[in-house]
Amino acid sequence: MNSLFEYILRIGDDSLILGQRLAEWCGHGPILEEDIAITNISLDLIGQATNFLTYAAEVENAGRDADKLAFLRIDREYKNVVLVEQPNGDFGDTMVRQFLFDAFRKIYFERLQHSKDEQLAAIAEKSLKETRYHLKHSSEWVIRLGDGTEESHNRVQNSLNVLWRYRTELFYMDQVDEELIKQGIAVDLYSFRTEYDSFVNSILDEATLVPPANNWEFGGGRIGKHSEHLGHLLAEMQYMQRAYPNMEW
Amino acid sequence: MAKIIIFTEQNQYFYVYIFIALLKLKNMKEISLVELENRFQEKVDAEVRIEPNDWMPEEYRRTLIRQISQHAHSEVVGMLPEGNWITRAPNLRRKAVLLAKVQDEAGHGLYLYSAVETLGADRESTIDDLHSGKAKYSSIFNYPTPTWADMGAIGWLVDGAAIMNQVPLCRCSYGPYARAMVRVCKEESFHQRQGFEIITVLAQGTPEQKAMAQDALNRFWWPALMMFGPNDDESKHSKQSMKWKIKRLSNDDLRQQFVDVTVPQAELIGLTIPDPDLKWNKETGHYEFGAINWDEFWQVVEGNGPCNHDRIKARREAKENGMWVREAALAHAEKRAARKTA
Amino acid sequence: MANAKEWPLWEVFIRSKQGLNHKHVGSLRAPDAQLAIENARDVYTRRSEGISIWVVESNNLYASDPQDSDAFFEPSESKVYRHPTFYDVPDGISHM
Repeated sequence: MNSLFEYILRIGDDSLILGQRLAEWCGHGPILEEDIAITNISLDLIGQATNFLTYAAEVENAGRDADKLAFLRIDREYKNVVLVEQPNGDFGDTMVRQFLFDAFRKIYFERLQHSKDEQLAAIAEKSLKETRYHLKHSSEWVIRLGDGTEESHNRVQNSLNVLWRYRTELFYMDQVDEELIKQGIAVDLYSFRTEYDSFVNSILDEATLVPPANNWEFGGGRIGKHSEHLGHLLAEMQYMQRAYPNMEW
Repeated sequence: MAKIIIFTEQNQYFYVYIFIALLKLKNMKEISLVELENRFQEKVDAEVRIEPNDWMPEEYRRTLIRQISQHAHSEVVGMLPEGNWITRAPNLRRKAVLLAKVQDEAGHGLYLYSAVETLGADRESTIDDLHSGKAKYSSIFNYPTPTWADMGAIGWLVDGAAIMNQVPLCRCSYGPYARAMVRVCKEESFHQRQGFEIITVLAQGTPEQKAMAQDALNRFWWPALMMFGPNDDESKHSKQSMKWKIKRLSNDDLRQQFVDVTVPQAELIGLTIPDPDLKWNKETGHYEFGAINWDEFWQVVEGNGPCNHDRIKARREAKENGMWVREAALAHAEKRAARKTA
Repeated sequence: MANAKEWPLWEVFIRSKQGLNHKHVGSLRAPDAQLAIENARDVYTRRSEGISIWVVESNNLYASDPQDSDAFFEPSESKVYRHPTFYDVPDGISHM
């Protein structure tokens, strides 16, 4: 197994699947200004996915390109965390999912931009600028909704109760990470777990939200074991390439 | 009219005086109105821009509110037929470009709602009119986009037609609308180009792709022609709108321009315009084209097109499902403001 | 439904990277200044860098636009637009 290839897939697939989810909001946002904001974030993520998957294909060196990786793998071959494949739900669900993800990615890219792998470092640096903006947007919304009306508070507390369990998978590490950390390429995720928890809790505090008591962790995406949601998402995303194989668009 | 009757000897003169004074005042008001209208028309004729706080005839204001809000609604509703394909775009680049395009359209809607607010209209009221069926939007968006090739057809034909309508509006008499149009036109040309690129790749691709492209053209050609509106002699508002420079070119002229420009483009990529009556006229230097099905046009405009119901439903639900978000944001802003002053 | 408390209107002014002054580019709706600026960045700059954004609640912008000095019936200093939501109407009043 090519560890670097696996590693890049994980990052790239996170961006791809989350970008795909956010794109579903287009034309259905709560207000026009927010429609634009969400689509902007989706566009950034699709851009990141393209960068990471292009590099992954290069590293794999088996004749695939970013599109083949994005559209022609089977579900077991996608390495995104299950958090990002969760359905959009309502605006609160989307913002909580986004917030838990962005808070991780900001610190992650801050570290990854110092990777000994120049290409990864470069993509991380570019992605970091965007991620800072995404995090500002999602954390402010979590606060607005948590500390808004009674209805918004209840809704978003519920979102948090449901999505909280998925955040730990963001810190999943295995032999792929170990190998690459030794080479100075990958980031030691445990090293910033406390920083992440502390930041997330401070925002939840300001939002008057309470993390659920149940701390049972849930994951599997990083090794291709996904929730039921990914299959449907892929069926939609891959449709054209599956229905019209081997054509240019 | 004063009803005070002071019974004095000079009663009748006093009364008469008041009557004459009031008459004079009434005349003064009328003269002023005529004078204002004349000056307004002079400005328009001299291509001087009318700005939000300038005097303007009520009908001018009302017409602009209707026209600009319709335009804004069209941009926003227009996000839906294309948004339909973002999650199924055939590759990453097409997905990104389509996302960017639809995002632009949202932005255009915003520029236009912004312009309509300058006229004293309220954005949400115009949007509620859209949702209740009172306000109209461009009929083209009531047609479905069942295939990927429709993304090409829309960019090429629909944006092409829109550009033809919008470029002259950059010189319309009302400042905020003209400026919004300048910004829109800058972004619109990328839209048409990417649409044409999509359909060109298909038209020159595999047999299945070529068939997809031809089918999209077959379905969107006539609705695109209908985008320019009814024939000029059937168009009620045209004459006054032209006088006020809210409309710069006639429907038929624009439609003819569109046909003349687009037919060669189709020929270039090997697609056939679905009009057996299409014919180049050497003498006039224009294409003759077949009869438009005006029954279809009016049915769609009146709300009976294939997608009217779905489009409005989607927009209405987006707002309804999002009201709690808007309320939360306001409540939070109020709380913050209160904490600041506390 | 329209007047069920809307997000206030904000005017947006942008100074481009090479620009000398802020220019008025349009308006948008936002619940607070923070979101107004973020949305302005998304809508009016597509997030270009090195751009300065000012937002002002339309309610707080005053205009003197004496183009028609003979306009008998207009106040000489007015709000930017004659906007219905700029004028507070008591709660009981409908159809206004």
